[in-house]
Order: sequence, then C-alpha cells, then structure tokens
Amino acid sequence: MPEIRVGVYICHCGSNIADKVKVAEVCDFAATLPGVAVARDYQYMCADPGQELIRRDIQERGVNRVVVASCSPRMHEPTFRKVLESVGLNGYYFEMANIREHVSWVTEDPVAATRKAKALVAGAVGRVELHEPLEERYTVMNKTTLVVGGGIAGIEAALKIAASGNSVWLVEKEPSIGGNMAKLDKTFPTLDCSACILTPKMVSVAQSENIKLLTYAEVVKVDGCVGNFQVTIKKKARSVDLAKCTGCGICTSKCVVKVPSEFDGGLAMRKAIYTPFPQAVPNKPAIDREHCRQFVVGKCGVCQKLCPAGAVDYDQVDEDVTETFGAIIVATGYQQMDPSVGPQWGYGRHENVLTALQFERLVNASGPTGGKVKMKNGETPKAIAILHCVGSRDVNYHESCSRFCCMYGLKLAHLAKEKMGGEVYNFYIDLRCFGKGYEEFYNRVLDEGVHFIRGKGAEVITDRDGRLAVRVEDTLLGRWREVPVDMAVLSAAAEPRADAERVAQVLGIQRSRDGFFLEAHPKLEPLKTATDGVFIAGCCQGPKDIPDSVAQGAGAAAEALSLVTAGKVKISPVIAGVNEERCSGCKVCVPLCPYTAIAYDEEKKICRVNEAVCKGCGTCVASCPSGALSVKHFTNQQIFRQIEEVAAV
Amino acid sequence: MRYAYYPGCSLKSSAYDYERSTRAICPELGVELEEIHDWNCCGATAIPSVDPTASAVLAARNLALAEATDVNGAEAVTVAAACSSCYAMLTRALNYYREDPAMRGLIGQALAAGGRTLAGTVKVKHLLEIIVNDVGLEAVKALVRKPLSGLKVAPYYGCLIVRPKGAFDDAEQPMALDRLLAVLGAQVVPFERKTKCCGGALMTTKEKSALRLNEDLLHEASSKGADVIAVVCPMCQMNLDAYQSNVNTAYGTHYRMPVMYFTQLMGLAFGLNERRLAVGKGTVSHAAVLKRMGV
Repeated sequence: MPEIRVGVYICHCGSNIADKVKVAEVCDFAATLPGVAVARDYQYMCADPGQELIRRDIQERGVNRVVVASCSPRMHEPTFRKVLESVGLNGYYFEMANIREHVSWVTEDPVAATRKAKALVAGAVGRVELHEPLEERYTVMNKTTLVVGGGIAGIEAALKIAASGNSVWLVEKEPSIGGNMAKLDKTFPTLDCSACILTPKMVSVAQSENIKLLTYAEVVKVDGCVGNFQVTIKKKARSVDLAKCTGCGICTSKCVVKVPSEFDGGLAMRKAIYTPFPQAVPNKPAIDREHCRQFVVGKCGVCQKLCPAGAVDYDQVDEDVTETFGAIIVATGYQQMDPSVGPQWGYGRHENVLTALQFERLVNASGPTGGKVKMKNGETPKAIAILHCVGSRDVNYHESCSRFCCMYGLKLAHLAKEKMGGEVYNFYIDLRCFGKGYEEFYNRVLDEGVHFIRGKGAEVITDRDGRLAVRVEDTLLGRWREVPVDMAVLSAAAEPRADAERVAQVLGIQRSRDGFFLEAHPKLEPLKTATDGVFIAGCCQGPKDIPDSVAQGAGAAAEALSLVTAGKVKISPVIAGVNEERCSGCKVCVPLCPYTAIAYDEEKKICRVNEAVCKGCGTCVASCPSGALSVKHFTNQQIFRQIEEVAAV
Repeated sequence: MRYAYYPGCSLKSSAYDYERSTRAICPELGVELEEIHDWNCCGATAIPSVDPTASAVLAARNLALAEATDVNGAEAVTVAAACSSCYAMLTRALNYYREDPAMRGLIGQALAAGGRTLAGTVKVKHLLEIIVNDVGLEAVKALVRKPLSGLKVAPYYGCLIVRPKGAFDDAEQPMALDRLLAVLGAQVVPFERKTKCCGGALMTTKEKSALRLNEDLLHEASSKGADVIAVVCPMCQMNLDAYQSNVNTAYGTHYRMPVMYFTQLMGLAFGLNERRLAVGKGTVSHAAVLKRMGV
C-alpha cells in the first residue's frame, strides 16, 4: 500500500471564515499532523483556482487523500469529489471539515473558534486515512413521469413532458382536472377569462397520446427510489364506465338527488351523478356514493335504466393500479381556509358573507346566478366589502402572507363595480402588487372609484338597521369605523390542503413550518425536494398566482425530463452491507429499515441488504446486536478515529 | 362535585339575587359549594389599573385560602366563581403566578408576609363552565320540570367570561350559555353582541360612554324580540338593568327589558319557587317573564 499523503486546504470563504477563525494558524497546525504532506489556506477553495491547487498537489506532490475545511458538505462535497476524479483519484478519498456553519458562523470567540476548527481538521485528517475507494453505480431510469394533481401547475408539467415525446401519467383526485383555476372568473391583471385560457390546456391533456389521465384517483403508496418508483394508485369507483360513457348528460338531468356543489362553493346544487362543471375533462360523470340514493337507501337505479350507453355500473369497486415511474412531480395545490374558524368574520352566520372563491362563482357567467351579483334574497347589493388578509398575516391563524389575495381582491373589486355599480370597499393591511402589470392594475381600480380603507376588517356584524357592517380601525384616519355594506367577501388564507400530511408521508416530502411542502433550497432548488426524483410545483409549496404556478409546472417538467432522458440514474455507494460471518439472523434490522431494503435469507439464515434500494441511512447499523451491519464510508473505525482525533486537540 | 366557592363582594350585596339563585340550583345539580373562609375582594377592575401587583396579590390570597379549603379530599381544589370579574381576576392572578417568574416572586413574598403560601395547584372556573362542562347539559335537561317554552332569551356573556384566552369557549362567539338556555326549553335569539362590553365600572366615571354601549345591547336584544336578557355577571346585570331608565332618558327610548341571571332562569325551569330565586328583585320588572311562563 502506498504511503498516505494527505493534502489539507483551509478555506477563508472570503471573510465568512477568516473573520473568526485564524486560518493561517489552523493551516500551520494541519501541517504538523501525521500523514499530512501539504497544508494550504486559500480565499475561495470552491473557485477554479482553489480547485486547481488541489489538482496540482495530487499530480505534482503525490497527494492521495484530500481534506477541505470550509463549508457544509451539502453544497460542495460533490464539487471536490469531482476535482479528485478529474485527476484520477477516487472521489471518496476526500473528507470535508465544516468550519463555517459549525464554527465561524456560530462561535463568538476567535480563540475558541480557531481551536474548534483545528479539532475538526484533525478529525478529518484522521478519518480520511481510513477511507476506502468507492464506486458510484448506475441503474436504468424508467422513462415515465408521474404528475400528482391536475390543477394548472400539474397540467402544465404534464403537457410539457408530453410535448418532449416522453410519457407521463397525470393523477387527479377529483372527477375532473382543472383545480382551483377552473373556478375563477377573470384573471388579474389582464382580465382574461380563466376558463378560456385553461380549457384548451385541459383538452390538450385529454387528447395527448403521451399523457395517461387518471381522474377520481389517488396515490396511496410509493416504494423504491429515483429512477424506479413503484407507485400504487387507487382508482376510486366512479360507478361510470368511462369507455362506454358518451357524456350525453341524461343521467345527470334525470337524477333526483341534489347536493350542494363543491365547485360552486355550495351556492348551487349539483346532482349525485355529476360532472363538476361544464368544461370538465373528462366530460363524463361520476357517482357521489355518499349521497346517491342507490347507495344510501339501496334503490333508485334511474341513471342506470336511462343511460343509452349502458355505462352506469353500480358494482364498480375501488381498484389499485401499480406502475413504475422514473420521476414524480407533486402539484397538489392549496385550499382556501374555512373562515368560520374565526366567528368574528361572520361566515356561516350571515348569509351574505362569502369567501372569495364563492364570489368568483357569483360573478362568473357560468356560475349559479349567471354572473349577476346577487344577495341571498335575490337583490343586487348596493355596497360590497372585500376583506383582505382573513386568516393571513395573523398569528392566530396563518402567520404567512397568502400572496395572491391582494391582487384578486383588486380584481374582484373591479368585477363587482363593473357588474353592479354601487360602492366597493377594500379593507387591507398593505397592498402587495408585486407582479408585472400589477401596480398599474391597482391604479386602474383606484381610478374606477373603488374605496380603499387601510385597516384589517376586524369584524362583520349586523348594524342597528340589520344591515351588514364591517368594523375596522382605519389606520389612516386613526379612528374606528363601522362601514355598512350588503355583502362581505372574505379573502380567506390559502393554506395547505387538509390531506397534505398524508401526501407528504406517502411521497417522502418534508413540510415547512407553515405546513406547505418544503423545497430542497429556498432559492436555488425551488422545485426539488429532499427525496431525489420527487419535485414540487405550484401552490403545494406555498401560495402562488397563475403565472408562477405555470412557470413552476414547466420548470418541474424540465427537472423531471433532465433525469428521465439521461436514461440512467446514479446511486450513491454509501450503503449498508452485512458481514455474513457475524450475522446471527435475528432479523431486528428488517422491520426498522425505512426503505424495506433488508430481507431475510431463509437458506443461509442471515439478513441481506438490497443495494439498489438501500439509502445508507444507518438505522440498521445502530440496531444490529452483533455488529454485523456497517455502512460504507461511515464505518465504526472511521467514526471512532475521527472522534479520537477531535478529542485529542 | 365539591368546589371552593368564591362569592365576591357583589354577590353579598347588589347581586344577592345571583347568590340566592345560585345557592338554590346548585344542590339540585349535585354541586356543593364550600365558601372560602375569610375571603377578600378580588381587586375587580379598580385596583389593577392603579397597582397591578397589589391586585394580583389580593386575588392570590383568595387562591391560597382556597387551596386550604376542604373539598372532600379531591386532588386539586377548584374555585367556583359566579361573578365574571372575580373569575377573570382570579384566573389572571393564577396565570401570573404560573407563567411570570417575576410576578410569582412578588406574590409569594406578599403572601409569606401574611403567613400564607400558594402552591398553584388550584383551578378556577366560572359557574357557567361548571354547569355546562362538569355537570353537563344532559344532567341539566333531566332536571327541567317547567321548560321555558316560548320565552325568547338573549344570551349575554359580557366581555370578561371568555377573556383573555377563551378558556372554556370561543372568545368571539361563545355558545355555552346559548346551549344551556336551549336545554331549558327557551327560544334562544341569536345575539350578535353577546361579548360586547357593558361598560363595566365606566358607568360611574364616564356615564355617557357606558350608556351608549348599553343602548346598543338593549337595541339588539329588543329588535330581535327578546323577552329577557340572560346574564352571567353582576356588573352586566346592574348596568343593563339599573341604568336602563338612564338609557331611555338619554336616547328617548322606551326599553322595558328584564335582565335576569341565568341561574334564576335555571331555577324557574327546575320549578323552584321564584322567591327562593330572588326573582323580581330587578329594577325592570320580571312580571312579563313570569307571566309568559305562566308562573
């Protein structure tokens, strides 16, 4: 075995490290450590000249192990591994000491910081001597992508993947794709009709040969990893055979059961066999078994008798479909907070207090009133209040800003003014008109004579005359006001969907503090998640307007395509292995493995690790009573050596 | 169910009808009230605005005495307070003691000077909470012999019972009293201003402002057709009842709205004699209510 010659490189990271850690002193110290052939410090080790230092030392000075003391390995470990590989050294002959996040950024005293940096460097030098060369492996990448959620972000992602000639499955929980955007009337700031710009895309989804569309279906299980996700999708019993159904609508028109329409926010009724809205894709109904008389009381059968195609099938059962995918895009969207959680807003108590999504339906020409703004009693309101930040920017509900409400508040104000005349009041904390053309739209709405009252609508009450009134502290006037109106529209917070926790668990996604799905990096990896091959797009990551959701959908498609078109996927060699001599076959590790990568070999009476599935988390290693399990690159010897050297400083 | 009973000053004077009716219904409900020995004023709203520490100490002394009350060996003593102001003051002192180390020190020091200690194990509940949550509405329902059928009642909670944190009900639109009155057979009118302030002690210092608040409450109750306003606090009762004629004078109105304690309405529904409940003690006559009930 050739002599071990370690090269140690201490990074200044500009002033990030050098301001606190005396790098020259650490460098001098490193030079004294056994096995160290070269020790240097440099301004930016990650920059090209820094990398070049390492290359030259490997080539000219026989360095065969490398330690870089700089930042977290999360960012630049792959960078430096590549440097080693570029000059023929195995990338795993490398160790990183984190003296930025773990030292300079969190230590007040420069003396203590320098001492800790030395200890970490000594640990890394001790450890790197024991490193083994490891080879990265590749497996075949499945070329099909799964998109979960058929709102605008999911639709865009599916269409982009299909356009590239790759195949994609789009799974939607509801009977139709379209999501929340399908419910909107106009879109800010250009006032295009939402349905007019969305439905062509929905139709393209249905027509694309590369898209397999599963509506009324949910992802229930995901196994495997990037390149080879085995996904189980539950197709809920629709009770209508989509292959036979022609979408003629006779069943719906003859159905006798009426249920408040989810799509119309309960402002209109739908039937128990229904298509959610006229432009639905697929434009074929589903039976809501919770309300259908055939299922509730066991007799009716009207739709089945009348269906000319014989498509109604009461005996359909939920069906599980299992398929393998290379990548997954999650675009499950958001939900609007139920404002009845705050009784002060009067939602559910006063009949003319509506959510913004309900009001969208009211002003929509295909909505329950044919686009006329009407109160419950059928009269046209003379004054409308739009309350911003209902449950947003409010520590009692959601601390965060819901981001698009300011703009749809302005849009709804414009539409209300246009449709009914009268007075329209916006109650706001701040107006955040951040996008292209948004500030101009605000000015336009101002010019139209909409009133803006700076103050959070605190309460919606009935005043002495029985009229609705919004109580508000007008912070520009500096006084309390009670503004009488006929209708109040609540811009209720956008919040994570009620099933976000379950979806996150099934797909292995983490959630941020606000409950939305967590991206891998808030700036540089907004579409990736902590799980390789699983991407997020649209409002499931946080509230977004339509342009942002579309951009993310397309971006996630590019992310997925960059994986699946590569044809193969790299698997980390840092995985667990069993020492067959030592394994007693006790099976303690089998149920503990979060990836079900360990199986028991009945013949040899030992446990084995499936290398394709193992992620190298180390859970099994910690549990093994006979010390038979170890994870490569994290062996006991390596870790103990590191601890010893750190402790010796 | 045995409680350390803290009556507070009002129930021994201006609100003796509240205490009488409370004392009358509690045995029916299986609620035993053991009056705290040597209790003192809770500090009400006057003291905290002048000296917050002193007010916390005043209330804390009662809590310390309560901890020494015999409640049949139950693990922790629960204080029953009928007055919302007492309830709020005792709760606030307890929260200070539990959550604010500086205040805890001051309270401990002051109590020690009087030879007392507070463990902080005591709980504080309003009588309404005890009846709705501890006794339970099922048990109450079983006791109703003369349902308040046809009686339209506006449930008025006042501002203190659900403040500051809405301990046992929603702070904005509580429902406990609504549900209780419904069980008694009353027709509960939706009373939107149910937690709006009656002005409290402001009636003595800034009467005009306080009358405005009371007029708002009386207006809503009467415009919704209520026969009576049910209250859970002596201060609310006094402002709405005793100052009703002042409201009428100031605003040219003609309200004759009876204002009764919920305990009185419970007693009537239980078929108890109205004299035992001190019904009729109000400034605005209760006769219309009794007539409607056929008493």
